[in-house]
Amino acid sequence: MSMTTTPSLPAAAVPGRTIAAWWQAAPFTLVFALFFLTPLTLIVMVSFWDFNEYELLPGFTFKNYVSIFAGCGDASEGLCVTLKTYYSTLKFSFLVWLITLVIGFTVAYFLAFHVRSSGMQTLLFVLCTIPFWTSNVIRMISWVPLLGRNGLVNQTLMGMNLIETPIEWLLFSDFSVVLAFVHLYTMFMIVPIFNSMMRIDRSLIEAASDSGASGWQTLWNVIVPLSRTGIIIGSIFVITIVMGDFVTIGVMGGQQIASIGKIIQVQTSYLQFPLAAANAVILLAVVLMIIWGLTRLVDIRKEL
Amino acid sequence: MSDAFRADSPAVVPEAAGVARRSLLKGTAGILAAGMFPAVHAQEKIVLRYLGTAVNQDKAIAEKFKADTGIEIQYVAVTTDDVTKRAVTAPNSFDLIDTEYFSLKKIVPTGNLKGIDTKRIKNADKITTLFTTGMVAGKAVGDQGTAPKKVIYLEGEKSKKFATAPTQFMSLIPTTYNADTLGIRPDLIKRPVNSWAELLNPEFKGKTAILNIPSIGIMDAAMVVEAMGIYKYPDKGNMTKKEIDLTIKTLIEAKKQGQFRALWKDFNESVNLMASGEVVIQSMWSPAVTAVRTKGIACNFQPLKEGYRAWAAGFGLPATLSGRKLDGAYEFINWFLDGWAGAYLNRQGYYSAVLETAKSKMEAYEWAYWMEGKPATQDIKSPNGDVLAKAGAVRDGGSYESRMGGIACWNALMDENNYMVQKWNEFVAA
Repeated sequence: MSMTTTPSLPAAAVPGRTIAAWWQAAPFTLVFALFFLTPLTLIVMVSFWDFNEYELLPGFTFKNYVSIFAGCGDASEGLCVTLKTYYSTLKFSFLVWLITLVIGFTVAYFLAFHVRSSGMQTLLFVLCTIPFWTSNVIRMISWVPLLGRNGLVNQTLMGMNLIETPIEWLLFSDFSVVLAFVHLYTMFMIVPIFNSMMRIDRSLIEAASDSGASGWQTLWNVIVPLSRTGIIIGSIFVITIVMGDFVTIGVMGGQQIASIGKIIQVQTSYLQFPLAAANAVILLAVVLMIIWGLTRLVDIRKEL
Repeated sequence: MSDAFRADSPAVVPEAAGVARRSLLKGTAGILAAGMFPAVHAQEKIVLRYLGTAVNQDKAIAEKFKADTGIEIQYVAVTTDDVTKRAVTAPNSFDLIDTEYFSLKKIVPTGNLKGIDTKRIKNADKITTLFTTGMVAGKAVGDQGTAPKKVIYLEGEKSKKFATAPTQFMSLIPTTYNADTLGIRPDLIKRPVNSWAELLNPEFKGKTAILNIPSIGIMDAAMVVEAMGIYKYPDKGNMTKKEIDLTIKTLIEAKKQGQFRALWKDFNESVNLMASGEVVIQSMWSPAVTAVRTKGIACNFQPLKEGYRAWAAGFGLPATLSGRKLDGAYEFINWFLDGWAGAYLNRQGYYSAVLETAKSKMEAYEWAYWMEGKPATQDIKSPNGDVLAKAGAVRDGGSYESRMGGIACWNALMDENNYMVQKWNEFVAA
């Protein structure tokens, strides 16, 4: 971004923009170009190719994009598959974002302002990371025997005579998907929010309380604005992960819930690479728009 | 490369020489090549990279083969769809492929497979007639879909086309095959089930599941549609767009009414769904039923009046394979058809391609239970020793002839495959 917007001044004329600085940036630029920009360019290119059962046919066609939105103009049939899938993916992103934000903010607040000793802070922080010592999939699958029709939760509730028949919506439902996501990704909210809370000058809070602000007023008018960077960074993590996910939605949703990631995965497994590429490009555009919107709220580079 | 380097490096030579002498004494020629004689690369042991689904890749088979021949099998386990994907996109990443016949329509036109010379396969003429002519016990079975007889012969070794009449070159040498049907939990259903239509019976609302591999799932769905009397397909394995629409519409309506508890994509998922009681009736694979049973849970691989949906897998060779690796691959295929592996697979509930040799490696009572549909005269055990059936039990679906003779259609790749996958996504999203 900054490279393209730099005015065309000679590099050495700007303070700090010496040749050495360019060299320092070079390794990362190379890695970035090789492993991100090149593949991305290829994906965009392939998304305009044609294909048959077993090969890609280089060329230029809008066919893939057209077929993704096939039937979307016809309102009588209800939403088309693509829009329905985006709706469901966005819905999960929003719900998971909201819940992880509330939990993440609360936990970070507790760690940053209520735990006094830094040793205790570190200990509790490490405690938060314990679930991350096992793999993603295992953490997910461990919910299944708990929430199942004959699972622990249902058995307990039935044992306590609270319910007559097992609760069906605990597993393979929107509920279980959101639950797993929150379990998996709240940490991505806690870390950046905690980080920016720790940078808040404690005297500001004293000043707020000296000026007669209530606890809520301090929270809303001092802490939240000053934690904004962490909130935005955490939000970007959570939203981008959920938007692209297909494993969690697959496992916890009983493979019955649509997500864009899942559609892309099915298409690649049937060698429909151009279609999958077109889908990926659209998904990328949507995610970039969300991130662009979020970064309007805060200048991350300035705040860091 | 590294061998040559080690030989040139003086510091390593004495040690390598010592190793070589010791191993010479032991008589294992394989290690000899390491270090000492870089020129004798021909003696290097062969490692075959075996690409396939986890289902057929049994550790015991690889171990037995290595013990018999010294050739090592290195399993590369991926899903059914990924086997095809790798065969098309990365044909040099394996030395032996184990794939299903229906995938051939995608793989063969790429020229990535080489025809297997049946003159080099000892038991080639003993391969069951189900593959070569589509007959079981002299009777033709259903050939809707990609029946193996349609794609088993190639016009030549390097041909990208299927031959219409038998030739010397086979696309795949059959390994395992079976006829799939619905799996049920008899203890939870408590009444006889005899039709594919039961999968969408509202009685089992929220307790059914269907396979989420589109090209196979759609065939199960088609069996259901026919059983419900909604439509009779000219060829379930090659639907028109209209027929696909109809099939998917039926599935979507059922899904919206909450018929399905889940969709499953891999073996273990189907076992867990059934064993945990989340699902009481679902499309299922025979070894998965066996797996549920070995947990001590009642589960039937239920024969149905409309017949079975069959599948078959076989070994293929990548076009670039040559030299000793090619010889090793032929050796493996010959070994595989020679009986030990066949008996092993039969005991898992699959069927082997050459029945005669498998029979010679099985006990008479085992053969009677697995292949002739007779009651077991003693406990039937799986290859790893779990009891699968008590004495007196009869195999679901009866004898080989009644099961394989009851094939209604085969797993297939349709001409309208792309459209079908798109519509299947619609079903998942509905």
